[in-house]
Amino acid sequence: MKIIVLVKHVPDAQFDRHLTGEGYTTDRDESILSELDEYALEAALQLAEARGGAKAGNHVIALSMGASGAVNAVKKALQMGATEGVHLTDSGLAGSDAAATSLALAAAIRHLGTGAPVDLVLTGMASTDGETSLVPAQLAERLGLPQVTFASSLTVDGGRITARRDADTYSETVEASLPAVVSVTDQINEPRYPNFKGIIAAKRKSITTLSLADIGVDPTHVGHAGSWTTVTAAEERPPRTAGTIITDEGDAGVRLVDFLAAQKLL
Amino acid sequence: MANVLVFIDNPGNALKKSTLELLTLGRSLGETAVALNGELHQGVSATLAEYGVSAVFRPSAQDLDDYLVSAKAAYLGAAASAAGAGTVLLDNSPEGKEIAARLGIRLNAGVITDVVAVDTDGTAHKSVLAGSYTTAARTTTAVSVLTVKANNVTPEPASVASAPETSTIDVPADATTGARITAREQKVASGRPDLSDARIVVAGGRGVDGDFGPVEQLADALGAAVGASRAATDAGWISHDAQVGQTGRTVSPQLYISAGISGAIQQKAGMQTAKIIVAVNKDAESPIFEIADFGIIGDLFDVLPQATEEIKKRKG
Ligand SMILES: Cc1cc2nc3c(=O)[nH]c(=O)nc-3n(C[C@H](O)[C@H](O)[C@H](O)COP(=O)(O)OP(=O)(O)OC[C@H]3O[C@@H](n4cnc5c(N)ncnc54)[C@H](O)[C@@H]3O)c2cc1C
Repeated sequence: MKIIVLVKHVPDAQFDRHLTGEGYTTDRDESILSELDEYALEAALQLAEARGGAKAGNHVIALSMGASGAVNAVKKALQMGATEGVHLTDSGLAGSDAAATSLALAAAIRHLGTGAPVDLVLTGMASTDGETSLVPAQLAERLGLPQVTFASSLTVDGGRITARRDADTYSETVEASLPAVVSVTDQINEPRYPNFKGIIAAKRKSITTLSLADIGVDPTHVGHAGSWTTVTAAEERPPRTAGTIITDEGDAGVRLVDFLAAQKLL
Repeated sequence: MANVLVFIDNPGNALKKSTLELLTLGRSLGETAVALNGELHQGVSATLAEYGVSAVFRPSAQDLDDYLVSAKAAYLGAAASAAGAGTVLLDNSPEGKEIAARLGIRLNAGVITDVVAVDTDGTAHKSVLAGSYTTAARTTTAVSVLTVKANNVTPEPASVASAPETSTIDVPADATTGARITAREQKVASGRPDLSDARIVVAGGRGVDGDFGPVEQLADALGAAVGASRAATDAGWISHDAQVGQTGRTVSPQLYISAGISGAIQQKAGMQTAKIIVAVNKDAESPIFEIADFGIIGDLFDVLPQATEEIKKRKG
């Protein structure tokens, strides 16, 4: 099987995050592999391992799109166990919205499928910066593939994939034929930590760098120019400030109700 | 004014408040048509007229629900063309966002999610980075697809009711090629308000130590929905549906009461746009106190039951 996992390099949510520059894009100084993509990578590794791993021809390719720093997301994925890394990077990509991102990623996936076709594209349920969860569905639409999104469990049997997903009022079982685009939630597994062996092995794995020219994408179709949305204003919200803090002296429940009454919330 | 298309998915016997909000917002932007999936009951029909809807579309195929999202996106794409819609509005549920995603590619339309307000010129407002920024965004395309969060518009019927015509939209043949939903289990309804639209949410975390009783009793006294942290849902003390946060539901209620929750960034991501935050936590150092309007350093097993009793007493 040939599995592509999308890994995004995102600002670490543990620190303050900022929008900067003309297009109000996120400042990526303190960035990491998006935690939600680790679940997708783990799912891919488990599928590959269950089939005998790389020796039996099961390849997990970690693909990241982004500026130079994004290669760190690929490196982390290689340390966790991905077999190959691909870094799609080009100045023309800066400021891409979901539509432009899905266009570039679709072209990269088609490019990586020349020779041996791609069986599965795995992604996290959302990025932890943009938080839109648009890209997996848009990628599926662009590639003309079925999408199975928000999977909380996943099995692949022959050419079919079966997943469970939790909708608002239903739990659903979803089936699709491969190839497919699948996004997974944080319920699906417990991502592994890279171990020493993995970190050493990663140093020997290759990372392919691709440009827009390599994947045949016209720069005017991506980046700011090719995006279908534009941010016109951004304002940092004043951080919430702490209000009244009391220590319970046996009457805090009553004081809570007094507070709610004063706020007209009863 | 531009034509607006509102997607209404399986409304049942009556429209949800969040749908009435979409119809009200739609009317502020232009002449509003509805693309409906599922049965069109009389009560719903009457409400659509009250809300001034000019046309109602229904799909030629009945089995859109059997396919994951793609069939609905294909139907909506055809309906948007029939309506000559410049704006398509959907609800902001995970499914609404996904339909919007595929629809955007079909219509070459920019998609903006998590919208809380739309100006008459089409500028959409939302908050990003877990609520730390508010932004304004626009699409640069002829058609805009917007998914709108609940509880940001006051539903208002039109000043003059309409008499919408119903017509059928041919669902494109490629609609039914995607992933199929082969089984569906209805979840048990709690009888409490829906978490996403609730005015008040009482949420419990690891601090409840397996016992959601005090949280549920306070919620019931307040007519509130019950929420939870991931630590509580992972422990299996309550269903995953109750999880509030980055990978659970995002809520924006008038009041959020957090009990036995430390306030990790992923939890805050789902609740910090609440109007008022109350925190009950034993540990004075918990980060939740940095954002609480009213914080109580104390044991939830003392504070919550006492508050519940006091509310009952005052309500008589
Ligand atoms: C990718 C990812 C996604 C995540 N998504 C989410 C998400 O969507 N939602 C979410 O909530 N978390 C999420 N998390 C987890 C998050 O990081 C925290 O681990 C989680 O929120 C902690 O839950 P908690 O506050 O209930 O538990 P803890 O951090 O253990 O805090 C328990 C609190 O209860 C207090 N306490 C204990 N006993 C009592 C008592 N008797 N009375 C009063 N207070 C008491 C303690 O002082 C403590 O502050 C995610 C994590 C990751 C990595």
